[in-house]
Amino acid sequence: MSAVEAAAVPSGEAQSGAAEAIHVENLHKKFGQLHVLKGVSLSARDGEVIAIIGGSGSGKSTLLRCINCLENPTSGIIRVNGEEIKLKADSHGHTVPADRKQIERIRSRLGMVFQNFNLWSHMTLIENVIEVPVHVLGVKRDEAIAQAEKLLARVGLAEKRDVYPAFLSGGQQQRAAIARALAINPRVMLFDEPTSALDPELVGEVLKVIGDLAREGRTMVLVTHEMKFAREVATHVVYLYNGLVEEEGPPEQLFGAPKSERLKQFLRNVG
Amino acid sequence: MAPGWGGTLLVGFLHSIEIAIGATCLGLLIGTGGACGKLYGGPVARDLLAIYTTVVRAVPELVLILLLYYAGTDLINQVLAAMGYQRIDISGLAAGIFVLGVVQGAYSTEVIRGAILSIPQGQIEAARAYGMPPGLMLRRITLPAMLPFAIPGLANLWLIATKDTALLAVVGFFELTLATRQAAGVTKAYLLFFVAAGVLYLALTLFSNLIIGRVEAWSRRGMPSVKEAR
Repeated sequence: MSAVEAAAVPSGEAQSGAAEAIHVENLHKKFGQLHVLKGVSLSARDGEVIAIIGGSGSGKSTLLRCINCLENPTSGIIRVNGEEIKLKADSHGHTVPADRKQIERIRSRLGMVFQNFNLWSHMTLIENVIEVPVHVLGVKRDEAIAQAEKLLARVGLAEKRDVYPAFLSGGQQQRAAIARALAINPRVMLFDEPTSALDPELVGEVLKVIGDLAREGRTMVLVTHEMKFAREVATHVVYLYNGLVEEEGPPEQLFGAPKSERLKQFLRNVG
Repeated sequence: MAPGWGGTLLVGFLHSIEIAIGATCLGLLIGTGGACGKLYGGPVARDLLAIYTTVVRAVPELVLILLLYYAGTDLINQVLAAMGYQRIDISGLAAGIFVLGVVQGAYSTEVIRGAILSIPQGQIEAARAYGMPPGLMLRRITLPAMLPFAIPGLANLWLIATKDTALLAVVGFFELTLATRQAAGVTKAYLLFFVAAGVLYLALTLFSNLIIGRVEAWSRRGMPSVKEAR
């Protein structure tokens, strides 16, 4: 059993057959005086695709970034694969992860894709993709390279393996970033507005890759402005308004028959 | 007697290079630690580092060299005597490397701190998001990513280090400048030997530029050429 498989032992209660990969309960986040999240709960079971939508400043990116503690929540419970992230107050009264090893282990199972790609600029694409498997997860270098080549081929970048990110288009960089996330064999993929920084004609190629992943049953949490795409791929949609879940449900219901006035207004504005 | 004195000059030159390399390495170590401490350290570490960089950069290097060399050896010997050990002679090489290394460290701290701040922060964030421990992140991401921004400043510091070795002549360390003074003083051929020393310093600089250019090109391998963006 490789290190990758060994770390991916599922746990947690199982309703509806699938284990709960992400569980967020009553999450609060304050930036100084600014109360961004005011008690948000979220759950993603294996195979689910959760789309988080909402206007600018609704807290949707912050919510996603709290799941792997890139932002430290002010209070609340976060469980990944049934394991609760231990939090503590530091000397300034900020909540921070209590156990560095635990948060590093949990992060190494969550494939994060950023709005601005954030590929490591001093590494070629193949080096970017094997970096975490080799140096964090302890996969053998040749195995990691073989897998990375498959992943790059899968996102259509096989010929670009030895190119540095700065010489590629935004769409190519984002597809490489998705390959980097897939390389850790993630339990959950986290997408933080993956197409917002792209030129309009490059959005399609990235959405196609993400859509394929959704259809093959990957568990994903996706913050997006692409409503049509969210409706197509999501199994569950969460509409955030002003730091609270205003409405949530299956996409047909949320987009087809929204109950909340604010959601109706939001859909009119973006549609 | 000229060939004999030429050999003396070369020995001094080699000592100068030894000191410059040693001091630069020590300076880079201190600078890397200092930059990380200033950026990510607690309030105590940051205050101590601020005092270190301020004092070292405020005091003339010649004064620091005299102070650290004489007062430093005196202090070490007093401590040794108090603990019941024999007095020791500190080697000029070790003392020179230490003194110039401490000076270099203060400047390197600021150069490297600035370079780390120039890294697009998303790359650091990506490393965190994938569970990299701090040491690994420093080695694999932060240091290689800051290198292109640090090379011009660090190259300056290296060239300054090669010339600062001349200051060690005042404490009697046998480096190129002291060797030149001896050779010139004995033979009275001042012009010949000082021009020769100047040529040696210049040769070292030219050779350094060649190496630095290669290192800089390598460190910028992931960056598009600036010329094309003109």
